[in-house]
Amino acid sequence: MTIDSLAAPSAVPLASSGWIALRPAARSAGSSGRFRGADATRLLLPVGLLLLWQGACSFGYIGPRTLESPLTVARTLVELTVSGVLWESLVASFNRAFAGFVIGGGLGLLLGIIAGLSRAGERAYDALLQMLRMVPFLAVIPLFVIWFGVDEEPKILLIALACIFPVYLNTFSGVRNVDPKLIEAATVFGMSRTAIATQIVAPMALPSIMVGVRYAMGVALLSLVAAEQVNATSGIGYLALNPRASLRTDIILGVVLLYSVLGLLVDLLLRTAQGYLLPWHRTVIEKAR
Amino acid sequence: MPPAILSFPKSAPRPLAEDAVRLTGATKGFGQKTLFEGLALTIRRGEFVALLGASGSGKTTLLRVLLGLDSLDAGSGEVTAPRAAVFQEPRLVPSQRVWRNVLMGVPRARQSRRLALDALSEVGLGASADAWPVTLSGGEAQRVALARALVLEPALLLLDEPFAALDALTRLKMQDLVRRLCDRHTPGTLLVTHDVDEAVRLADRVLVLRDRRITLDATVGEAREGSTPAGARLRAQLYSELGVDTFVPGAADHAPHAPGGAQA
Repeated sequence: MTIDSLAAPSAVPLASSGWIALRPAARSAGSSGRFRGADATRLLLPVGLLLLWQGACSFGYIGPRTLESPLTVARTLVELTVSGVLWESLVASFNRAFAGFVIGGGLGLLLGIIAGLSRAGERAYDALLQMLRMVPFLAVIPLFVIWFGVDEEPKILLIALACIFPVYLNTFSGVRNVDPKLIEAATVFGMSRTAIATQIVAPMALPSIMVGVRYAMGVALLSLVAAEQVNATSGIGYLALNPRASLRTDIILGVVLLYSVLGLLVDLLLRTAQGYLLPWHRTVIEKAR
Repeated sequence: MPPAILSFPKSAPRPLAEDAVRLTGATKGFGQKTLFEGLALTIRRGEFVALLGASGSGKTTLLRVLLGLDSLDAGSGEVTAPRAAVFQEPRLVPSQRVWRNVLMGVPRARQSRRLALDALSEVGLGASADAWPVTLSGGEAQRVALARALVLEPALLLLDEPFAALDALTRLKMQDLVRRLCDRHTPGTLLVTHDVDEAVRLADRVLVLRDRRITLDATVGEAREGSTPAGARLRAQLYSELGVDTFVPGAADHAPHAPGGAQA
């Protein structure tokens, strides 16, 4: 091969000897333009499926008993919004989810910190929690009804129960995985145990705790559906599962859509919080650049 | 076995006017393996001592004993306060800005941004006071660690291979900086390393820890320059003591050190 290959557009086989062309990468229209292109590709499949679905419904291949069309779902969501039912359900569900999350997440955080900092704490209850973690929480619904009745308590406590474990596990591992060399250095420099716990261990465990909180918020939303089966008269779980709606696939699909939007919102909320709580974290610094 | 006593004075009155470290009969091992036995070590204030040893020779353990992180199995000793250390890794707290990290060892009452800034400008990082540790290069982070140690005006400075993770050029600059700052602040300094050139370049006195005891205790003096006969002799002696007999750079006149290690 000769020096001509510098101008040749074709790739050069690795094993060939001689000159290998090195060309500058082709410039795209700028990073924002490239991102828009990537996003468009990402949307191709969902939008295509949506069109297919709408088409199948419009031309009668799928009946409304099986699946309502996307347009009907959208119309139903608008109706629910206008009538105020949607907002009412959201508020009722949010109150339950939030109360359950605060109780369960708070307990998980507390237990995780104690077990992370002290071996005694770990020995006392880590094994028990690991066992309870494996219990499917749907199985305890009847028990909760017997113990706590059919009002708000069993619903909130069920959500709380589901929230304990993700927060506990991530807090525990976050505290335990703080670099021991860092703790050692702090000890050498005379920091007290309390100062090390509050100024080093707590902030260093925070990224992991945030992961737990994120999981717990997701789990809180999911357990709403189960919790609101128990004698509920409001809430988005009730909306999806109440007897009158059981054949209304448009409502069910609308709630499913609502869930995915809520999930996105939770994610957005935590990403924003991360920017404020972890300004020192590599991922946050890189994003700010 | 006699009880192991290593006293660490906490407050200002310094019992050792001259010495920064006094260690006698120091013995330490882990399990079946004894790292050192009946070891004696004295480091004077203002003296820069390098401790050489192969991996696993116990040199880092000795430093950890002086830091109070490990205790002796037998023997006794004293170290002066305040002590400070720089480790192989910077060990900065990622969630605190650089200037906060510098104040890690400073008692709360004496903490001030001014103090941190002064220490940082001494290591040439005054402009990075508000940076987050993850944004620093390896050399910069290590200089912050040095500032964190020197801000305490330590009577004893313990350096555990602080240059090992740096690239060659940064290492040379950092070595000069450490030596300059040690001359200014005059702590007793113990540098643990396995790098013969580094030890001779920086230290007033070089020790070799081998087979559970200090087998060589040499004053560097004239021998700092590798090009002088004394310098070549000391390096050859140290390499030989460390078990590297085949490579004696510039020691023998009849076999000049050729690039690429050419042989006859």
